[in-house]
Amino acid sequence: MSAARGGGTAPHPGSPRASGRFAHRPRVITGTVLRTPAGGLSVRVRGRTLAVTAAILLALLAVALVSLTTGDYELTVAEVLRALAGGDSGGADFIVNTLRLPRLLTALAVGAALAVSGALLTSLTGNALGSPDIIGFTNGSAVGALTVIIVLHGSMTQIATGALIGGLATAAAVHLLMLGRGLQGFRLVVIGIGVSALLLAVNSYLITRATFQEALEAQAWLIGSLGNRGWTHANAILIAVAVLLPPAFLLSRRLAMVEMGDLTATALGVDVARTRAVLLLVSVALAAFATAVTGPIWFIALAAPQLARRLTRTAGPALLPAALMGALLLAASDLAAQRLFAPALLPVGTATGTIGGLYLIWLLITESRKSRA
Amino acid sequence: MTGTNTPTPRLRAEDLTLSYDRRTVADHLGVAIPDRSFTVIIGPNACGKSTLLKALARMLKPRAGQVYLDGAALSSYRSREVARRIGLLPQTSTAPGGITVGDLVARGRYPHQGMLRQWSAEDETAVVEAMRQTGVLELADRPVDDLSGGQRQRVWLSMVLAQQTSLLLLDEPTTFLDIAHQVDVLDLCAELHARKGHTVVAVLHDLNQACRYATHLIVMRPGGTIAAQGAPADVMTADLVEDVFGLPCRIIDDPETGTPLMVPVAPKRFAPEDPEGGAPATDAVMAERR
Repeated sequence: MSAARGGGTAPHPGSPRASGRFAHRPRVITGTVLRTPAGGLSVRVRGRTLAVTAAILLALLAVALVSLTTGDYELTVAEVLRALAGGDSGGADFIVNTLRLPRLLTALAVGAALAVSGALLTSLTGNALGSPDIIGFTNGSAVGALTVIIVLHGSMTQIATGALIGGLATAAAVHLLMLGRGLQGFRLVVIGIGVSALLLAVNSYLITRATFQEALEAQAWLIGSLGNRGWTHANAILIAVAVLLPPAFLLSRRLAMVEMGDLTATALGVDVARTRAVLLLVSVALAAFATAVTGPIWFIALAAPQLARRLTRTAGPALLPAALMGALLLAASDLAAQRLFAPALLPVGTATGTIGGLYLIWLLITESRKSRA
Repeated sequence: MTGTNTPTPRLRAEDLTLSYDRRTVADHLGVAIPDRSFTVIIGPNACGKSTLLKALARMLKPRAGQVYLDGAALSSYRSREVARRIGLLPQTSTAPGGITVGDLVARGRYPHQGMLRQWSAEDETAVVEAMRQTGVLELADRPVDDLSGGQRQRVWLSMVLAQQTSLLLLDEPTTFLDIAHQVDVLDLCAELHARKGHTVVAVLHDLNQACRYATHLIVMRPGGTIAAQGAPADVMTADLVEDVFGLPCRIIDDPETGTPLMVPVAPKRFAPEDPEGGAPATDAVMAERR
């Protein structure tokens, strides 16, 4: 509690000196501690996490700038900034504010939503393969959407609602199939993959029942795409992210404890059942909203959290870096799909699907090696 | 069946019935953990030893009966408050991949921390002290994945100590360890008990280790009832072991500590040829060791 940090414990030979008035380099844990003189407030920060987060943000900024300035009509940075500030009427305003900005924002928010959904779910299941696209939640959303497209001939909003209901229903079904054993371990992945395959069959069946026009529309939706995404889409997913991310971030310290096992977490004073239930719901809702807006996009939920964790080398869920990484991956994939293959209109789902397949192979190999060890 | 040592022990259970789903594991148990004791729970496999420990730490909700901590029903406490008073070392825990020893031990401070109070001076003192006690201070920067089984168990124990609870519940802390590390961990527990005045409750498999280290023994019988409670020297008899484990044995004095030592009776065919036509083989062997 004293103002003299470093004097809080007995002086240790060779212990690094306090590096500043508020900054304190603790002896046995990683990172730096910022503490008020009275000791009432203290925050732990890790240099590496900060650096990685800053680097991802910079990359995001670069991708955003390129996305907004390039395309069929090249704009200068100044023109884009003026359009964003509302000081431009005419061409630039239309291109930036109506065409490119909603698409970019949708990409960023969907990427972040998928990444955090994957980070939460892989952490809750204790398995790197336990991400919503692998264990069937994404295919569940697809069934919901296809039912609306083919059977009910619904509008865009209704398709999104269908996707949301499909995702949540699948999560509930998987939960029931676990027969009260919670959502943990390899059992979940196996059941999830089974459910996912079943749902895929349902999707195929729905398409065989469809007219040519309906099938085309369904197929277009099934390859996740950011094409023609306007403010309706951007606003929907931005609101979802704004509502769902804060509880996830607030509970991330508890989630780190839950990763050590239910008994250990309970022994440390964590209400494990409630933490699991809330975070599972947040995770499913994030994936469902994202899928509702863009259609199924593979690989982001699986890869972004792992990448963030490896880069930051934190021994916890690292949700913020994961969210930023997901946003970066999806925005960059969309940019690449748009520009590299122009004039062909390549949906972003094909880009993430290709990279995701390769990543999944690598992950399966390392996971099976780990389980054999 | 209440404790005879102290009038109102901090941790006790009355009329406790425990079950998983519909299978009753323990029936109408009454136990009292004497304050500042090193209590060891023993019994055959699946007799509900670990289940009882879990109930004492509120990991398992009793079907009937009540656990009391410091005079109040354990169920009435907030989770965090329980974690500030009782430390539990489960049989297995998962170390997050890549975590350092120091960071893992620091997680024991969770019940004392908050969003805006992530690392206080008290946290640092507690963690350094816990690591020093368990001899893992030098390993602070090493990844937990790199450690041997014995070192890892010390680290987990250290995490529970960092929680700074005066009640420590340990579920089979010696499983998976070789005999040298078993003794090492038990010596450490005995030291914590003796020097810091902690109340230690451990589930152990080895009767002789239990008798050597425990100041208070709780012997459970298959079906989850208590066969005996008390000091090892008073409780441990050949009849009890035969009754509880179905194992004919002899109880002799541990040549090192004088505590009871259980020696299973050898089947006739294994008995060596009678050297002097006198005492049975076990006596001869033991006499030689003494």
